[in-house]
Amino acid sequence: MSVTTARGPADRKAGRGGRRPRYGQYALELVMIAVAVVFLFPVYALITLAMKDPRQIAESPLSLPSPPTFGNFGDAWSSASLGPALLNSTVITVVSLLLLIVVGSTGAYYLARCARGLGYGLYILFLLGIVLPFQLGMIPLYKLVDDLGWLGTYQGMVLFYTGIQLPFTVFLYTGFIRALPQDYAQAALIDGCNHRQAFTRIVFPLLRPITGTVIILNAVFIWNDFFTPLLYLGGSDKETVPVGIFAFVGQYVSDYGLVFAGLVLAALPILIVFVVLQRYVIKGFAGGLKG
Amino acid sequence: MTSTPQKTVPGVVTEAGDVPRPGRGRPARRRDHTVPPWLFVVPALVVYAVVVLYPSLAGVMYAFTDWSGIGGFSFTGTDNFRALLDDSRALESVTNTLLLTIAVVVVQNGIGLLLALGVHTNIKSRAVLRLIFFAPAVVSPVMVAILWKYVYNPENGAGLNGLLGAVGLGGLRQDWLGNPSLALWSVAAMVVWQYAGYSMVVFLAGLQGVPAELHEAARIDGAGSWQRFRYVTWPLLAPALTINLMLSTIGGLKLFDQVYAATNGGPGTSSETLSTVLYKEAFVYGKFGYSTAVALVLALFVAAVSLVQLRYLRAREVTA
Repeated sequence: MSVTTARGPADRKAGRGGRRPRYGQYALELVMIAVAVVFLFPVYALITLAMKDPRQIAESPLSLPSPPTFGNFGDAWSSASLGPALLNSTVITVVSLLLLIVVGSTGAYYLARCARGLGYGLYILFLLGIVLPFQLGMIPLYKLVDDLGWLGTYQGMVLFYTGIQLPFTVFLYTGFIRALPQDYAQAALIDGCNHRQAFTRIVFPLLRPITGTVIILNAVFIWNDFFTPLLYLGGSDKETVPVGIFAFVGQYVSDYGLVFAGLVLAALPILIVFVVLQRYVIKGFAGGLKG
Repeated sequence: MTSTPQKTVPGVVTEAGDVPRPGRGRPARRRDHTVPPWLFVVPALVVYAVVVLYPSLAGVMYAFTDWSGIGGFSFTGTDNFRALLDDSRALESVTNTLLLTIAVVVVQNGIGLLLALGVHTNIKSRAVLRLIFFAPAVVSPVMVAILWKYVYNPENGAGLNGLLGAVGLGGLRQDWLGNPSLALWSVAAMVVWQYAGYSMVVFLAGLQGVPAELHEAARIDGAGSWQRFRYVTWPLLAPALTINLMLSTIGGLKLFDQVYAATNGGPGTSSETLSTVLYKEAFVYGKFGYSTAVALVLALFVAAVSLVQLRYLRAREVTA
């Protein structure tokens, strides 16, 4: 304690601000805020246009909406079918995540604990999937899903996401499990658990931190993905939010107020989740990709 | 390593006294009952084989055929690749993809690093700034592209042109997406806007791992702030740089959503990328064999770049 107190002022000096004079820090703060203001210009345009009627947009596209109108939001919600689109996106994202967690963690458990011979070969095989661009298999997979009759269905998308995100998920889990002490699972085995019980009761709960990362990274990817849902779901009643919004914009392209109100509503759910869970999301993105 | 207490399991043959002995070369191969049964990996393997391995292998095969998506096909050797060399649109897409990728990688990571250095200080707004700069990265790229399509509005009073006019830079107004020599760079700027905060966050994690004592030691030795950055911070940022370069390069090479939504490859073919070309060849023109040939070229680019980057960048990583 006394050490900390004694080192306090020196530490503050040695810290990030350094010995830079105070006004330097204020200058930096101003510069950074100015950068953020410029950076936010598109968002300003987005929000203000969503609250303007066509006449205001034509006459004063840059000014604040006066008076603001909120009719665009209701119109956009129904014309873009955002309700069903949000439901579709939620179902596809949640089911894919559940499968990714179950299939990915069990697979990685084997790969991490059997790191020689077959296990190692399979691990390398999974890593290959991280590098392969999905476009290479895009068309044969499209045919396969078509032959199964799964175009325009939830299960087609869920199968796609579970498979396409599996290499990365297995990679994250394997790295984490390898660093985990083996003693608990071994103790459970000796006490008469079988491997399935040892995994579900002992190992899986220990994987919570990495499961969080797996959920965040995969959820953001799946929720926002566009190309494949456009191919598989385009024109069906199972369209996800990005596909639905894209079609909606194509239809009302000249009505910016309506289009932007739709964009605001469509972006809001993930932005709210992001702000609420910002610490975990940023951590997941910053650290989850370290190999 | 896993010398568990002796326990005889029926059906598992254990050699007597097979405690790993140091210096005896390879430990005797035995059935380790702590290794989970291979059934654990079967579901993952099946899904992976169905969704990634089989389609990718089939894709490689189709690249050498004249498959049109319906009915049969015949092998045409390297015809697709020769056709590619005569296809000015495909060739332009290769150049565009590389230019776009380079621009995005350099600018996004440059800005990301500056933002990270700016936020990794004692300024009061750092938490909010970090949130603001990172937020676009969690939004769908298509939606960002739709927004930027308006920002790039050619009209004088609206969007970016309106902003330029309002701050007295009206001379810089452009038809951002309609000008063939500008469209590709406008798309790149939009991608940078969305993902600079992502690079920032990765660099920030790297900066937070630089021990303060090293900075202090360098300061005591008389190093200025540039020298401390160049010789203390920068080498220790290598792992973060590796991740950032890999992610932005692979993302840039595969870029589709933003181009498709903002320009659809136009005007003309001026912003066409490998991904938009292979999409159109398959789903607009029905040339599935040719499309997979383009996809194979893209795959080779991605694989080559990943391997080279991993090799060279890993080599210069140091630890604190």
